[in-house]
Amino acid sequence: MNNPLSTITLFFSLLLLQVLILNNILFLGFINPYVYIAFVFYYPLKENRIPFLFYCFLLGISIDFFSDTGGIHALSIVFIAYIRLFFIRLYLKKTAIDYPFFNLNSEPFGKVFNYVVTLTVIHHFIYFSFANFSFQNFSNVLLNTLFSSIFTLILFFLGAYIFKKKN
Amino acid sequence: MQQIIYFFQKFKYFLFFLLLEIIALSLTFNNLDFHRSKFVNSANNLTGGFYSQYSNISDFFNLRTENERLSEENTYLKNLLAKKSYLDSLKELEFTVIDSSKFKQKYSYTAAKIINNNYSKQFNFLTVNKGQKDGISKEMAAFNSKGIIGITENTSTNYTRIQSILNRDSRINARLKNTNYFGTLSWDGKDYKTVQLYDIPRQAPLKIGDTIETDGKSTIFPEGILIGTISKINNGNTADNKVDVTLFNDMSNLGYIYIVKNFDKIEIKNLENNE
Repeated sequence: MNNPLSTITLFFSLLLLQVLILNNILFLGFINPYVYIAFVFYYPLKENRIPFLFYCFLLGISIDFFSDTGGIHALSIVFIAYIRLFFIRLYLKKTAIDYPFFNLNSEPFGKVFNYVVTLTVIHHFIYFSFANFSFQNFSNVLLNTLFSSIFTLILFFLGAYIFKKKN
Repeated sequence: MQQIIYFFQKFKYFLFFLLLEIIALSLTFNNLDFHRSKFVNSANNLTGGFYSQYSNISDFFNLRTENERLSEENTYLKNLLAKKSYLDSLKELEFTVIDSSKFKQKYSYTAAKIINNNYSKQFNFLTVNKGQKDGISKEMAAFNSKGIIGITENTSTNYTRIQSILNRDSRINARLKNTNYFGTLSWDGKDYKTVQLYDIPRQAPLKIGDTIETDGKSTIFPEGILIGTISKINNGNTADNKVDVTLFNDMSNLGYIYIVKNFDKIEIKNLENNE
């Protein structure tokens, strides 16, 4: 995961997966997974965070281009990209020395689960709040956040499990 | 000076983060404003090209329903034509227009294919495969044989983005069929099969099942395009006099649409602005 080529592959495969397949799922009419945030989880930890934030912004804005949402995806993915480090320190207890050796697959599942769930719920909550853009139908925002988070998490952990076995 | 550089050094990640968030936020606000030209939308050549490739494949699954809809529309138009030729025969030949310069065409129609359709969000947009090249510009009506779809909003050379009627910013002039009682059609963002008609006069004889159609008063929509039937009437004395309208169109299953150009639009707009 540390070479740039696999980062680029991850970027484009997540983008195409999201816009061509996942955006059309609409389970029960409104539940949609947003698995592209896996980019935030799998991007290697580095001391210099500027490229990371920029790539996340680029991924978010590309998805916005396809799904006509203005800048909402970019807004929410940049937010979780920025606060990622805080949760890595909190749940996984990593310091600056551990960054080059950090690999999500080799961490204990319980800690990774907490970390991924927290970021996913935050991302979905920001996304749906801005997509709704008013305090009307606020219960819809909460329901959407809950159901879509569950859907995203199921797909993410299934995908993570499959690709872990291959490596 | 040293202090400022030190400050930027210390908070560079946070400042960069703030910069990106402000860009994203301004794009979000920009996207909600109908009258501003937009940078982020699916009507550019890259995303439009992607979607039209994708819809070339997925179209095959909708051919049957699309054919049924077309043959229904053909039957309707054939019936209209039959009625018209009967009426013409009653009027004798003296009314036939020979001078073609006196013939006045008010609208022209362009057929377009929907290559991207949203209906589950609060602010929904559609993308179609016709653009400026085909004479499409901002604020033209989009509809199909079953009813209205929305208003064109952003165009590129080959693609156009349409603001769906399922968009909380959408406002369309509509009336009760066969009367002149009109109101404003908008959407509350809850159900993609139901839109709301506001401000229709209290004395209008509304009944459940009555048809709502577009009103010729706006310069965008031609008169008499179908919208839907009344499904719920608010009998209380509320200020906005809200009426629920069930759409004829299934907005989640759309194929080909028409885009209407109004030739008199500029003339009418100029006249109204002169006051």
